[in-house]
Amino acid sequence: MDLKSLSLVAVFAPLAGALVAGLFCRVIARSVAHTAAIAGVATAFVAALLAFREVAGGARFNGTVYQWLTTGDYAFEVGFLIDPLTVSMMLVVTFVSLMVHIYTIGYMRDDPGYNRFFSYISLFTFSMLMLVMSNNFMQLFFGWEAVGLVSYLLIGFWYTRPTAIFANLKAFLVNRVGDFGFLLGIGLVLAYFGTLDYAAVFARVPALVGETIPLFGADVAAVSVITAICILLFIGAMGKSAQVPLHVWLPDSMEGPTPISALIHAATMVTAGIFMVARMSPLFELSDTALSFIVIIGAITALFMGFLGIIQNDIKRVVAYSTLSQLGYMTVALGVSAYPVAIFHLTTHAFFKALLFLAAGSVIMAMHHDQDIRRMGGLARYLPVTWITSLIGSLALIGTPLFAGFYSKDSIIEAVEASSIPGAGLAYGALLIGVFVTAFYSFRMFFLVFHGKERFGAASHGAGGHAAHDEHASHDEHQGLPPGEKPHESPWVVTLPLILLAIPSLLIGYVAIEPMLFGGWFADAILIDEVAHPGMRELAEHFHGAAAMALHGLSSAPFWLASSGVALAWFLYLRRPDLPAVWQARLGPLNTVLENKYYFDRFYETVFAGGARLLGRGFWQGGDVRVIDGFINGSARFVGWAAAVLRFLQSGRIYHYAFTMIFGLLVLMTLTLWVGRA
Amino acid sequence: MLTLSHYLILAAILFAIGVVGIFLNRKNLIVLLMSIELMLLAVNTNFIAFSRFMNDVDGQVFVFFILVVAAAEAAIGLAVLVVLFRNLKTIHVDDLDRLNG
Amino acid sequence: MTLAEMPFILPDLRPASAELFVLAMACLILFVDLFVKDTRRTAVFALTQLTLVGAAVVTWAGTSGEVVYTFSNMYVHDFLADMLKQLLYLTDIIVLFYARAYVVDRPLLGRGEFYTLTLFATLGMMVMISANHFITIFLGVELLSLSLYAMVALNRDSATAAEAAMKYLVLGALASGLMLYGMSMIYGAVGSLEIGEVAERLQAGVANHSILVLGLVFLVAGLAFKLGVVPFHMWIPDVYHGAPTAVGLFIGTAPKLAAFAIVLRILANGLLTLSYDWQMMLLIMAVLSIVLGNVAAIAQHNFKRMLAYSAIAHMGFMLLGLAVGVVGGDARFTLNAYSSALFYVVIYVLSSAGAFGMILLMARAGFEAEDLDDYKGLNRRNPWFAAMLMMLMLSMAGIPFFVGFFAKFAVLQAVVASGQIWLAVVAVIFSLIGAFYYLRVVKLMYFDAPADPTPIQAPLEVKALISANGLAVALLGLFPDTLMWFCLLAIRLSLSVFA
Repeated sequence: MDLKSLSLVAVFAPLAGALVAGLFCRVIARSVAHTAAIAGVATAFVAALLAFREVAGGARFNGTVYQWLTTGDYAFEVGFLIDPLTVSMMLVVTFVSLMVHIYTIGYMRDDPGYNRFFSYISLFTFSMLMLVMSNNFMQLFFGWEAVGLVSYLLIGFWYTRPTAIFANLKAFLVNRVGDFGFLLGIGLVLAYFGTLDYAAVFARVPALVGETIPLFGADVAAVSVITAICILLFIGAMGKSAQVPLHVWLPDSMEGPTPISALIHAATMVTAGIFMVARMSPLFELSDTALSFIVIIGAITALFMGFLGIIQNDIKRVVAYSTLSQLGYMTVALGVSAYPVAIFHLTTHAFFKALLFLAAGSVIMAMHHDQDIRRMGGLARYLPVTWITSLIGSLALIGTPLFAGFYSKDSIIEAVEASSIPGAGLAYGALLIGVFVTAFYSFRMFFLVFHGKERFGAASHGAGGHAAHDEHASHDEHQGLPPGEKPHESPWVVTLPLILLAIPSLLIGYVAIEPMLFGGWFADAILIDEVAHPGMRELAEHFHGAAAMALHGLSSAPFWLASSGVALAWFLYLRRPDLPAVWQARLGPLNTVLENKYYFDRFYETVFAGGARLLGRGFWQGGDVRVIDGFINGSARFVGWAAAVLRFLQSGRIYHYAFTMIFGLLVLMTLTLWVGRA
Repeated sequence: MLTLSHYLILAAILFAIGVVGIFLNRKNLIVLLMSIELMLLAVNTNFIAFSRFMNDVDGQVFVFFILVVAAAEAAIGLAVLVVLFRNLKTIHVDDLDRLNG
Repeated sequence: MTLAEMPFILPDLRPASAELFVLAMACLILFVDLFVKDTRRTAVFALTQLTLVGAAVVTWAGTSGEVVYTFSNMYVHDFLADMLKQLLYLTDIIVLFYARAYVVDRPLLGRGEFYTLTLFATLGMMVMISANHFITIFLGVELLSLSLYAMVALNRDSATAAEAAMKYLVLGALASGLMLYGMSMIYGAVGSLEIGEVAERLQAGVANHSILVLGLVFLVAGLAFKLGVVPFHMWIPDVYHGAPTAVGLFIGTAPKLAAFAIVLRILANGLLTLSYDWQMMLLIMAVLSIVLGNVAAIAQHNFKRMLAYSAIAHMGFMLLGLAVGVVGGDARFTLNAYSSALFYVVIYVLSSAGAFGMILLMARAGFEAEDLDDYKGLNRRNPWFAAMLMMLMLSMAGIPFFVGFFAKFAVLQAVVASGQIWLAVVAVIFSLIGAFYYLRVVKLMYFDAPADPTPIQAPLEVKALISANGLAVALLGLFPDTLMWFCLLAIRLSLSVFA
C-alpha cells in the first residue's frame, strides 16, 4: 500500500472502533466493544509500522485527501503530511494507545461505563493521529481541540465524583487560555502568509523576515511578525503541554481513570505542544526571542514541578508532577534548537511514563483504589511483575546509563550546555538540579510503595491528614484494602502491557539514539539553523556510539546527581524512615510553600477573582453566585458581574425599552451624520 | 406660501411627539396606541408632501397602505389590551414588568 | 384620461404562484376549520403541512436562477428568494411538528388559529423575501408582525403571554414607524420607492445627501429591530420568554430568514452607494450585540431567555458578515461576506429550531421545561435526547467539527479579509465567553443529578425529527460544502452587484 492509503487506514481504523463501541454501547457485549476498539487501534499500529518502513525507505507524502470546503480565497482541506517526524509520532501514539487499550480490559473491569470508555479512548487515538498527521494549521487546530474535548470528557468520566467535575472545568478553562493564544497565532499566520498549509507557509517564511507588527501605534513599539507568531503558538503549547503557569490543570486531571492518565496525560496529548513546536521549527528557528522564552519557561517547569513531586503522597500525583517536570525538559530542548532531541525524549518518555502510570494503576487495583503511598510499602513481594517493571520505568526516568531515559535526557543536558541562547545557562543549572530531584522523588515513591514495612490494611482512612488525599477520602471508589487482606498481582491483561512497555523503556534509547539524532532521520522534517544554533552539531561531534555514551555517562555529573538522589531516598525512606517527618517540621515554611504548589491556584483565585469581586461587590451583593459556581477563573467573575448588570438594565418596562431604541437611534444618527463624515 | 420644508417640519414634530409619547407616558396603555397612530400619521404627512412636491403618485399610494395597516394594528393592539386587562385587571404601563432580566 | 380609458393589464402572476397558493390555502383552511369538530385539529394540521409541502413543490417548479420582476417591479423572483423560501417552508414544517404535541395539550393554543396565523405569517415572510419595493417590504413585514402579535397572545389566560404580546406590539409598531419614516425620507431624497430605481438614481447622484442619510439611519433602525440586534433588541428576551414556547420557536427561527432577505435587498441592492454609512452602523450594532448577547446570557436561569440572548449574539455575528461586504469595490469580497452571512443565518435557524424543539419535547401538559434546572441529569433520563441537545449546544457554541464553528469561521474569515482584524479578535473573545453558557447546559445534562428522574416520552415523528436536527448540525459540520455552494450561488445570481 502507498503512504496515502496507509495513513487513511491508520486514521480511520480507530474511528471505526470508537463508533462501534460508542454508538452501540448500550446494546453490545463488553467483549464486542473492546474487541472492536482494540482491533481498530491494532490496525492503526500495523499501518503506522508499514508507513514507518516506507518512510525509512525514503517515501514521503504531502497532500490533500478531502477538500472540505472553499470559502473566500481559502480552501479548507483535510490533508496528511507523512514524513519521519510524523511516523515517529504515529508509532508512539498507536503503540501506547494499543497497550492502554489492552490494559483497560483489566482496569475498568468492574466499571459500568466500560463500552463508553473504550469508545472515548479510540476516539482520542483518532483525534491525536489527525493532529500529528495534519499538513495544515486548520486541521492541526481541529485535532488540538478534539484531543482537548476527549480529555475533558475522560477527566470527568467518573462524573459522580465532585472533584472530577471541578478538575474537568479547570482543565477546560486553563486550556482555553492556551487555545486563545494558539488561535491568535494561527490567525496571524493566515493574515501574513495568506495560507495555512505548512509547506506553503514555510516556503514564504524568508520573505517575512524583518517584517514587524506595530504595537500601540507604529512609532511606539514593534514586534517582529515571526516572533509574535512563535510566541502565540507557544502559548498554545504551554496550555496543552502544561508549562508553568498554565500547568495547574494537569495534576488535577489525575481524577480521571488511570489508563487515561497514561495515554493522554503522560504519553500523547500533553506532548502535542512539543510536537507542534518541532513541526514549526522553520518558524521558531528565526526568532531567538521566542526560543529564549521557551527555554526559560521550560527550565522553570522542569525544576519547580520536580520539587512538588517530592511532597506528594498520592501515587498518581507523584507521577503527574514527574510528567510536568519531564515536559519541561522537552521544552528546554526545543528552546535550544535541539528539536530532534526533544522528540527523542518525547518518545522515550512516552514509553517509560506510560509504563509508570500503568504500573501505578496496577498498584492502585491491588490496594483496592487507595492511592496514598504512605499506606503501602513492601508490595514487591505481592506484585512481582509490577515491581520489576516499575523499577525499569523508574531507572529509565532518572536516566540510568543504558536505559532509554538516559540517552534522551543526557542529550538534552548536553545540548543545553552547548547552546548560547539567552537563558540557556539558567536552564542548564535547573536541569542538573532537576536530575537529582527526579531521582529522589522517583525512588522515594518506589521505596515507599514496594519496600519497607507493610503499612496497608492497618489504619482506617483519614489517618494521614494530608490535604491532597483528604479530598478523595470520601469517595466510594477509594475503599482501600480491608485489614488483614493481602494484595494480589493483577491479571495478565494488565501485566502484559507493562512488560511490553518495559522492553522499549529499556532498549529504545540504545537502539534509536544514533539513527534518530545523528543519522539524519529528521533532516527533511525539522529545520535547524546550524550557524546560529550549533547545539545539535556539537552534540553530534561528541557522539561516538551509544555504548560509548553510556560509558561516558558513568563519569558525568548527571549520573552522580541521580545516584545521590536515589541514595538519599534510600536513606530517608528505607534506612531512617523517622527522619522525613523531622525534616518536614524543621523546613516548615518551605514545606508549606510546596504543599500549596507555590500558591499558583491560590494566586489565580485571589488576584483575579478577588480583584473583580471587590469591584463588583456594590452591584452584585444579591447577584447571582450560582452562575459562576465551580469557576476558578476570576475574569469569569467579572463577566458574571457584567451579566448581572445587563440583567438589571433589562428592566421589563416598555418605556425603558423604547427609550433605549430611540437613544440608540440618536447615537447612530450622530455618528453617521457628523462623526463619520468628519 | 407653504413650502416643502414646512410640511416636513410639521411631520417631524408630530413624529417626535409620537415617539416621546411612547417613552414618557407611564400611565395608560391606550395612550401608547395613540402615540403609535400619531407616528404613522406623521409618516403619512411626509409621504404626501414629498409626493405632491415631486409630482409622483407612489407616495400617496403608500399612504393608503399605511392607513390600512395602522387600522389593523390598532385592532390587534386593542384586542391584546383586552386580553391583558382580563388577566391583570389593569392597563397601567408600569404594571407590565413581570418579564425582565 | 378618464377612468374608463385606464388600461388594466393583468400582471404576470407566475413568479408569485407560491404566494398565491399559500394565500388560497390559508383562506381555505380558515374556512375548513369552522367545520372541524376534532379538538385535536388533525385535519387542520395535516392541511397546513400539505400547504407547505405544496408551496415547496410550486417554488421548486418555478426555480430557474433567473431574475424576474413582476407587479410593476414591486416583486422579484430570483434564486435567493427560492432558496430562502424553501428553507422557510422547511423551518415551518419542523416548527409545526415540534409544536404539535405541545399545542394539542393546551386547548387555547391548539385551535385552528394557530395554524392559519402560521400560514399568514409565512405568507408575510414570503412577501418580504421577494419584495423589491418599499411598499411590498412594508406589507410583508406588517403581515408577519401582526400575525406574530396575535400568536403571542393566543394563550389568552396567560398574563405573561399578554404582557409579551403588548410589549412586542408597542415596540414593533415603534420600529415600523421608524422604518416608515426612513422610507419616506429616502423617497423624498430619491424620488422613488422601488429598490432598483433607488439604486440607479443614487448612482447618478442625489442633491440632498443629509436627508438621505437621515432616512438611512431610521430605516436601518427599523431593520435592526426585526433582526433583534442591540440597541433594538430589548423585546427579544421578554417575547421569547413570555410567548408560548411553540410560538417562541416560530418567532426565533423563520423570521430571521425573512429579515435577512430584506436587509440584503434594501442595503446591498438598493443603497449600495451609501455602504460607507450603513456598514459603520451595522458594525457598531454587530459588536454591541455580540458583547451584550454573550455576556447577558450567562446570568440567565431560564432556558428560553438564554436562547433569546444567544439569538442576539448570533444575529450580531451574522451582521458582522453583512457589515464587511463592501471593501474597495472588489466584488469577490462582497460575495464572500454575504454568502457567509447567509450561511450563518441558515445554520442559526437550524440549531435554534432544534434547541426550542427540545424545550417543547420536555414539556408536558401543565408543565413547562423552561428552567435550566429542568435539564439536570437529562443524560440519565434519556441519553439520546441529551446527546442531541449536546450537539446543538456545541454547534451553537462554535466548537470545531460542528457546523456552528464553520459558520463562525466563514464570517470571521470575511472580517479578516476586509482587514479589520481587531473586529475578529473581539468576536472570538466574546464567542469564547459565550461558549460557557452553552457548555453549562451540557454540564447540567451530564454531570448533575436529575430532580425528576422520570424518563421522557415523545411521539415517534418528533423523536425522528429531533434526531435529524441534531445529527444535521454534526453532519453539516463534516460536509458543509454543498450548503456553502448554494449560499454562494444564491448571492451571486441574485444581487445586482454581480449582474
